[in-house]
Amino acid sequence: MHDSAYTRRLFLQRGCALASLAATVPCFIERSAMGTLGDPLLASQPGVADERILVIVQLGGGNDGLNTVVPFGSDDYYRARPQIGIRGPGAAAQNAQPAALALDGALGIGLHPSLAGLKELYDEGLVSVVQGVGYPNPNRSHFTSMDIWQTGRLDAKGSGWVGRYFDNTCNGSPKPEAAIAIGRNAPLALEGDVQKPIAFESASLFRWNGQDLHGSLKEPYDTLNRTGSTGFPADGAAETQKAFLMRTALDAQVSSDRIRAAVAKQPLVSYPGHGLANQLKMIGAMIRDGMPTRVYYASMGGFDTHGGQLGTHANLMRQLGESLNAFQRDLREQRNDARVTTMVFSEFGRRVKQNASGGTDHGTAAPMFLVGTAVKPGVWGNHPSLTDLDQGDLKFGVDFRSVYASVLEDWMQAPSEKVLRGRFANPKLFKAQA
Amino acid sequence: MPAAACTSFDHAMGNPFQPLAKKDFDYRAAQHLLNRAGFGGTPAQVRALVELGLDGAVEYLVDFKGERVSNEGVDFRSDILRAQTSEERELLRRARATNDTETIARIERERQERQNADRAQIAAMKRWWLARMIETGRPLQEKLTLFWHGHFATGYRTIENSWHMLMQNGMLRSNCAGNFADLVRGIICDPAMLKYLDNDENRKSSPNENLARELMELFTLGEGNGYGERDIKEGARALTGRTFRDNAYFFDRAQHDAGGKQILRRSGDFTGDDLVSIILEQPECSRFIAGKLYRFFVNDAPTTTRDGTETIERLAKALRDARYEIRPALRALFRSQHFYAVDNRLSIIKSPTQLMVQTVRSLGTPVRSVDRLVEAGDLMGQELFQPPSVKGWPGGRSWINTATVFTRQNTAVFLITGRTTRGNTAGSADAYDAMHLVEHLRDAAGTLDPRECVRGLASFALGGDPGRARMAELESYLGSLGGGIDNERIKALLCLITAMPEYQLC
Repeated sequence: MHDSAYTRRLFLQRGCALASLAATVPCFIERSAMGTLGDPLLASQPGVADERILVIVQLGGGNDGLNTVVPFGSDDYYRARPQIGIRGPGAAAQNAQPAALALDGALGIGLHPSLAGLKELYDEGLVSVVQGVGYPNPNRSHFTSMDIWQTGRLDAKGSGWVGRYFDNTCNGSPKPEAAIAIGRNAPLALEGDVQKPIAFESASLFRWNGQDLHGSLKEPYDTLNRTGSTGFPADGAAETQKAFLMRTALDAQVSSDRIRAAVAKQPLVSYPGHGLANQLKMIGAMIRDGMPTRVYYASMGGFDTHGGQLGTHANLMRQLGESLNAFQRDLREQRNDARVTTMVFSEFGRRVKQNASGGTDHGTAAPMFLVGTAVKPGVWGNHPSLTDLDQGDLKFGVDFRSVYASVLEDWMQAPSEKVLRGRFANPKLFKAQA
Repeated sequence: MPAAACTSFDHAMGNPFQPLAKKDFDYRAAQHLLNRAGFGGTPAQVRALVELGLDGAVEYLVDFKGERVSNEGVDFRSDILRAQTSEERELLRRARATNDTETIARIERERQERQNADRAQIAAMKRWWLARMIETGRPLQEKLTLFWHGHFATGYRTIENSWHMLMQNGMLRSNCAGNFADLVRGIICDPAMLKYLDNDENRKSSPNENLARELMELFTLGEGNGYGERDIKEGARALTGRTFRDNAYFFDRAQHDAGGKQILRRSGDFTGDDLVSIILEQPECSRFIAGKLYRFFVNDAPTTTRDGTETIERLAKALRDARYEIRPALRALFRSQHFYAVDNRLSIIKSPTQLMVQTVRSLGTPVRSVDRLVEAGDLMGQELFQPPSVKGWPGGRSWINTATVFTRQNTAVFLITGRTTRGNTAGSADAYDAMHLVEHLRDAAGTLDPRECVRGLASFALGGDPGRARMAELESYLGSLGGGIDNERIKALLCLITAMPEYQLC
């Protein structure tokens, strides 16, 4: 048994991987550590970041897919949406709404006029638009449909799909910092049976706030929480509850230090001031700092546009486009753009026909976006038919779990079948060398 | 022979289930009992429990019928999600036929409003239950109800009916220390569970095995314990036709498969009730339930000691001997030597609910905001009426990770000071007088020795001595502040003590 306590001093000397030692070192750190014959503890130092990262952006409330990727070539679209339809590129503004941005003239589809930030990335070959994504027997409850997307299961039960990715690709203990969500609650998608995500609204909240009461409390708190475990159990012996708690407390301090130090730095590009941009700014800072996190989660709400949606939706589209654009430029400046793919989804699209209040009700299939240097740029899947409908709703053409399968296999380099608990055709949304 | 030697002799004979010597029921033992069979108590309450003696204390907690109960007369609504009336159905049919979009939209809007009202009601129920746990004079009743909620796990988001969740909660509470058979019989005619496990779709012509499978795997026998796929299939047939209409259980005779079945080596035209009787005859059932009670009340470490295994076996026998009456088995468990063994003290990781309720009940803090506590419980991974799956909360070490560590510490800071993570101080107007935790430490002259205070406070809040080095750290902190003992200093110390990893144990 080691007699030395793994104190903060030792931790600082030897680097982060040592802090929690083998039992909680994220397996992807462990793997790269194994691959380095020199000092294994140096392998996970900042700067050795070679792992791929997935950033998930959730649009909560049901984004209106038909006004996001606009089928301007279809008369049925304008018949169904006389007040809220968006004109094709080059057309005069209508309903005080500028014309759509050209995506693909031959297909007759364009982007919402406020998505200029995304259009710019599209023109640079960094965006893959997947059309008509949904699932069989669509559920129109926000709750349930979101759970279906997050669990990757039609019964909406059990762990999250990203959580299962970590549970399946790594053995043993949960891996702190592997998945981070910006927000008060961690989304179900990141919850595994073993893997538990970190979630915080702002990094300053990811700490003990007792120290704000009296400055004098910080030092004794640190001493009491950074002692760590005072050694290892003998081979085969179980770790005691207390040793487990001491070890996790130290892990938490280390994570807190790292995250707060990372987001305190100024980004390399300027971000707009709204919510999603702030979240992506924090994520960009953590990526830049070389955090070992593999999956980040950001979200924005307000997409449940039942009434007077034109102005509201335009504003949401603008925020989305600007945020994704700033984030991508930040990654490029950091030279991390090749490591990161961003995936944008919503729990469902909206009804084809506008309702009597100038809005749209809950619908079904909708487009998804993948952004990054590794994605196959362009428009994929067919735009769902506007005439062959299921009770007034679009029929999906691409199962969302197929998109997950492509992300898992071609980007995260994991077998998708185990994670998704089933075989889903991979639509190959990434470049071959990815 | 000295008493101590006698105890260890019996111990060596392998009966960790025999009662603790009465004289060994000291302050720490009483505190341990109150934490485990309840949600802890103040120093004064612990002392009162010591006065009752082992048998009296156990009796007080286990036989709770005479104790005060709070929050009984809540007026939740049972009719928020009432079924459509025939007039409404007719109206909708006609609107659809005539393509009257306005009426269809109105009906959809009203349905949406009812659903929103129901979600508001489940949120109110979460507050109600948490407040009830904090206030009740029958802590074991609420603790057992929470245990059975995790055992017969049902989640609101799947069934989306708050009244059904409340009915189930009531059923679990009224049988919580009664007979396990009644709980199982209750759960197979409980609308929330029937819906959650799809038994409303379990029909003679197309049986649905979900309830039968979980009934054996999770509720009674344990995975793979003495039953096979065939028993599940036949068991599902016995459960056909068990469904609900509005808010009540309904046995749909036409959908019930009354034919002969073979279940667990028995044959007959079994019904759902017969199925329960057959399952309860299996000794595996008593062992499975004893094991779960053990991990909830005695020790939730990943591995169980030899004495622990022996205790589970004897607890199972106690259940069988009492024909599955739970109260006598618990009474024996809470009196047993093993329950008080050193290895089992401070060996359970507090659930988020335990953490919050025990902090209020033992330190005597104000409640401040039940709303915020409910929210904190969700963040720490225990959303009431929403266990993560039919397996319930895995508990133990799964409660703790780098994110929940801070939420746990900060929730204690909130209760002690009113300070929230966002820095505002909602509920801080409620004054907290923490001096009551140290009053009994005054010397003859009425003064408080700082060292004594730190020691008394830490070992009380942590349920034991954290060791010399860590105690010295707390003492030196108090010393660094200078001056005597006052409420502010005690509160600062409590913030520090509740942030120690040791505070997560009970």
